[in-house]
Parts: sequence; C-alpha cells; structure tokens
Amino acid sequence: MKIMVAIKRVIDYAVKIRVKPDKSGVETNNVKMSMNPFCEIALEEALRIKESGLASEVIAVSMGPTQVVDTIRTGLAMGADRAIHVDYPGTLYPLSVAKILKALVEIEKPGLIFLGKQAIDDDCNQTGQMIAGLLKWPQGTFASKVVLDKEKQTAVVDREVDGGLETLCLDLPAVITADLRLNQPRYATLPNIMKAKSKVIKKLTPEDLKVEIKSDIEVVKVTEPPKRKAGVLVSSVDELIDKLKNEARVV
Amino acid sequence: MGKYRGSSKLLLQPKNTEEVSQILKYCNSRCLAVVPQGGNTGLVGGSVPVFDEVIINVGLMRNILSFDKVIVSGVLVCEAGCILENLISFLDDEGFIMPLDLGAKGSCQIGGNVSTNAGGLRLLRYGSLHGSVLGLEAVLANGTVLDMLGTLRKDNTGYDLKHLFIGSEGSLGIVTKVSILTPPKLSSVNIAFLACEDYTSCQKLLLEAKKKLGGILSAFEFLDSDAMSLVLKHLDGVRNPLPPSIHNFYILIETTGSNETFDKENLEAFLLHSVESGLVANGVLAQDINQASSFWHIREGLPEALMKAGAVYKYDLSLPLEKMYDLVEEMRVQIGPAAKVVAYGHLGDGNLHLNISAPAYDDNILAKIEPFVYEWTSKNRGSISAEHGLGLMKAAKIHYSKSPETVRLMIDFDYCVFELLPDTSCLDDNHSIICLCLSA
Repeated sequence: MKIMVAIKRVIDYAVKIRVKPDKSGVETNNVKMSMNPFCEIALEEALRIKESGLASEVIAVSMGPTQVVDTIRTGLAMGADRAIHVDYPGTLYPLSVAKILKALVEIEKPGLIFLGKQAIDDDCNQTGQMIAGLLKWPQGTFASKVVLDKEKQTAVVDREVDGGLETLCLDLPAVITADLRLNQPRYATLPNIMKAKSKVIKKLTPEDLKVEIKSDIEVVKVTEPPKRKAGVLVSSVDELIDKLKNEARVV
Repeated sequence: MGKYRGSSKLLLQPKNTEEVSQILKYCNSRCLAVVPQGGNTGLVGGSVPVFDEVIINVGLMRNILSFDKVIVSGVLVCEAGCILENLISFLDDEGFIMPLDLGAKGSCQIGGNVSTNAGGLRLLRYGSLHGSVLGLEAVLANGTVLDMLGTLRKDNTGYDLKHLFIGSEGSLGIVTKVSILTPPKLSSVNIAFLACEDYTSCQKLLLEAKKKLGGILSAFEFLDSDAMSLVLKHLDGVRNPLPPSIHNFYILIETTGSNETFDKENLEAFLLHSVESGLVANGVLAQDINQASSFWHIREGLPEALMKAGAVYKYDLSLPLEKMYDLVEEMRVQIGPAAKVVAYGHLGDGNLHLNISAPAYDDNILAKIEPFVYEWTSKNRGSISAEHGLGLMKAAKIHYSKSPETVRLMIDFDYCVFELLPDTSCLDDNHSIICLCLSA
C-alpha cells in the first residue's frame, strides 16, 4: 500500500508575524519558512506505518512556487521515498489543493492520504475534509492515534473532539488528518539528508493534471488583531460598578 | 546555587545615576562597605555580600536611552539594570541583535555583563565585550560620576579607561550606563547537533569548521556523554536528538548568514564531508526554529540540570585545545565513584565548563578537586576563570593564572585610583577582592 502525504510550506511557527503596511497580507520577505507542523506530524505517522511493514512507499506532495522544493527536501530527508511538486506560482486555496490531490490519487492510487489537520498560516482546516468528499472516501480528522489493520483493511482512528476522544473505524482507502498529539516528528539525520539528494522529485503543473485553478475566495484585507489594552486600577467598589455598568456594559 | 550566603541588612535600589552617586558618597563618608548587584546570576559569589555590606542593586535602572541604526551596526545606549533578554527583544523589532547571548539572559543585567566581561555563546562570532562596548558611565567609590559614555567606533584620545571597568567586577566603580555595538540580525540561521566518537575528532571538526564555514560560523559548543545523560534525566521537555544511544561527545554548530539557500548548502556540504571523513559519527540538522531551540535547550539547560541533580562544583577554565579533555579524564580518576564529572563548554573559544556533580556538598570531594584543578590549569598556562570572573570564589586563586608582578601592578593601580580621588577614605567590597589577592 502506498501512502500519500500532503505537506505545505508556511511561515515558521516561531516567527513573529508582521502585517504588510498595505494590509494585503503578511510579510513573507526574508522570513523563515518551514514545513507546517501538522504536516510534519502527518509525514512522521506515515513513515512509522511504513517502518512497521504496513505500507510499501511514502510519497510526499507539495504545491506552490519553486521554493516549495526546500520543504519537499525536508520531507525526503525525514524519510519519504519520493516526492511530487505541483508547480503553481500563486496562492492555492483548499478546494484547489483538494482537486489537485484527487488528480494525483487517480494516478498514484494510494491506500491512505495523510494531511495535517490545518495549515498554521490560513487555519482553514478544510483540505482533508474536501478531498475525502471529492473521492468519496471515509475521513478521520484530528487524529491523535492511528492503528491500521492490514487484514481487515481498516484504520482505527482516535479523534480529538470537543467532548473528548472519539474512536472511528474507517475502511481503507481513507483520508486522515493529523492533530498535535499524534506523534513527535523525527529530526532529519545527516545520513538521511545525504540519501534524500538522490530521491526523485517529480514536477507537474495543474494543467498536466487537467485541473483548473479558479478561486471563489478573494482576500480583501488583513489586519492585526486589536492590541490588548492595559488594565486599569480602580480606587473603590463604586468606581468598579460604574465601570462595569457604563464602560464594559456587562451589568 | 546556594553556595554563598551574606548577612546584609540593607538593599538599596537607586533609580538613576545621581542616586547611585549619593549612596556611594554617603557610604564612603561613613566607611560602610557596599557590594554592587545586578541580576544576581554570577557564578563566583561576586554579587553576594561577604558579611553585612550594603547591597546596591541597579535593577530599577532599566531604561533604554537611545538606539541609533544609521551606522552599519546599531548603537544601543541603555542603563545598567536592563535585562539582557529585554534588550534582545527590543533589538529584534529593529532588526538587530545583542553581541552576546547566555543561558542566564532572562535575569542577567547588562551592567553586570559588562562588569564581568561576560562571554557567552556567540563570542566566537562577535568577539568579547572589550570589542563591542563603545562606552560606559560608572560611579566611583566616592560618588564621582565618570562619564565615558561615548558612541564612537574610534576614539584614540588617551588611555581607554573603560576597558579597566569591563571585567573588573565592580572593584573600580559601579557601571550605571552602557553604550554597545549591536550587529544586524541576519535572517539565515542554521544549526546542527552532531555526535563524535572521541575528543580528537571534536578538535579537528572545530578547525575544519573555522576553515570551511569561517564567515558564517556563529557558535561551536560541546558536551560530553555525562553531560547529555544528565540533561536527559533532569530537564523537562528534552529528548535525545540521536537516539537510541548516548554518544561520547556532542557538538552543536550554528551558522548565521544572510542567504538561506547558500548557507544551508554550505553547512550541509561541510557536514556530509565530515561524516564521510569519519570526523562525525552521526548528526541532525534543524529543519525549523522549534527544532533549533530544542538543540539549544540541551546545551543551555545544562546549568539547570546540574542544579537539579544535587550539589555542583563549577569550574570555568580556558585551556589549550589539545589538552582540554585530558583534565576531564584525570579529574574522573581523581574523584573516583564519589561524584560525576561533567564537561561542556565553548569549544570554539577554548573554554571548558568543568562541573563535578555530587549528591551533596562534601569537603572530601572538594579536597580532591582543589587545588588539583587550579594547579593543572596553571601548569598548562590556562585561565582558572575564562569568563565567570573571580568573585569571592577565586579571588585568592588569581596567582594560578597571573604572575606576581602582574597582580602587584593591579593592586598598585587600584590603590592609585582610590588615593587620587578626593575623600576616598574607605573601600568598596569588591575592592577587597583585590586585597584578597594580595594576601594569597
């Protein structure tokens, strides 16, 4: 069974985000970019499944401009067997990503698709769900534990939901999206970085896959959240009540 | 670390230089001993009162006075009580960094850093404070305010007295303001955590790194297997980057440059070559800032891990590179099973942090360590205090690293400064450090 893992190149999680002065987006110039942390966790899980003998190959997929190859290389250095880069210069929203993934699935025919639950730049949390819908495959999102059964061809997934943990049993092929506690991703070791240099990255375009990219979403404005105002010390209970009534309007 | 306890009855926190001056003038007139104090992160008891000295803590003097980024490096002028980490955050927004970085940055203050000539993790790249401090303002024992707060890169007009204050641990005066050169913050930072089988490989790796990574090398730290085991055992949120075993030596290499792709390729090529030539047994390269922080956490967390492990005898030595680990091995033989000998440090600067970790403080163990460690260092013309300073701990040991003539001149100079000042009848506490040397 092949596992396909979709990974996204985003602004590094530890970077302080700055909004561009024209409010069209965030500053990405000279800013450290890395693999989306949830994608890293998804890839780690796929690698562990392969290492346990339940999968034959892990394929890393990423979409975007040329720089995305850096992130793909990290995926290969972690241990993915090969990769696909879908070259597209602009921004891709979840539905477009899902459509491209669907086209790739029809070529590669994996038994499992792994994604991060969401990207830390747009926080959409949609791609996994959309591709499951397009393929009509079962989905286990926010996975905190995944156990595969080769004989029964199922995946038992523990999901982190608001009320606690929900356990689902999915028939393969299926879509799983990774949540934080699924695993702790490995570091890229020097021997693996060396091996990664000879691994194949296949380059395709959306046209090659016969997918038309048209977005029905347009980002109008990006602003910083309002700065937290400093607290105020009140001098008496009367003043407190006055402020609660007339300023905060909660009484 | 709980090693030194004073019995001071009074701590003063002046808010500005004028108040420092008044305090010192008063104490001087009444012959009251004082001890200057900053973030209290010193490791040689330099900021702890010996008896009941008045503590003068500059922690409330924490204003940033100016920042000029017109010059290639920025120039920051600030008060002595500014916490290093706060200065780093402030400069971060401006696109600059402090030229020094240490594990204690969350508490240590710049006045103390300057007074002790703090070294830290980036000395390899940015040099010592003697190079990056452009000026300072200090208050002498009789309250005289010495304004040497220049912001000029070059000023050859007479003796550059600020250099005497840098590293004199408050014995000549209390530093109240600092003007410091701040390098630009470069965007491409890469970090690798490597395992070496023996110390010779570590040395060769350092020489290779200086040659091949020269311009972008920004840190080269080492720790041995005992250090790694200690950290994994006592520090939270730490995991072995190269499981499952513990290797003999670990090296942390950091590069800082302005071209991400070029630097990463350069570092990767260097590392792969090192693996091929057998210098490096294995290693990992951080793929994001989080991973980079976790590597640093291992190295920076060692002092904390040592504290949690029990009692610790700390030694900070400069030694010739080839001999450095010989001391560690001989110390292990000396001490035997009574305690663990843990070694780590700024290999790139030839600076060893030798730590003996015992379940409790025990004079028998101390007797095995001292004077052995000082004599060994002296024999190899090393320094018994590379960056921690003398303080209370090592004042009497200065003769292990400085000739009697040199020490004599220090004392003469010191008296000279005090004699020349009007109304200096008494001495401040750290001044007595110099006197301790005399008695040794």
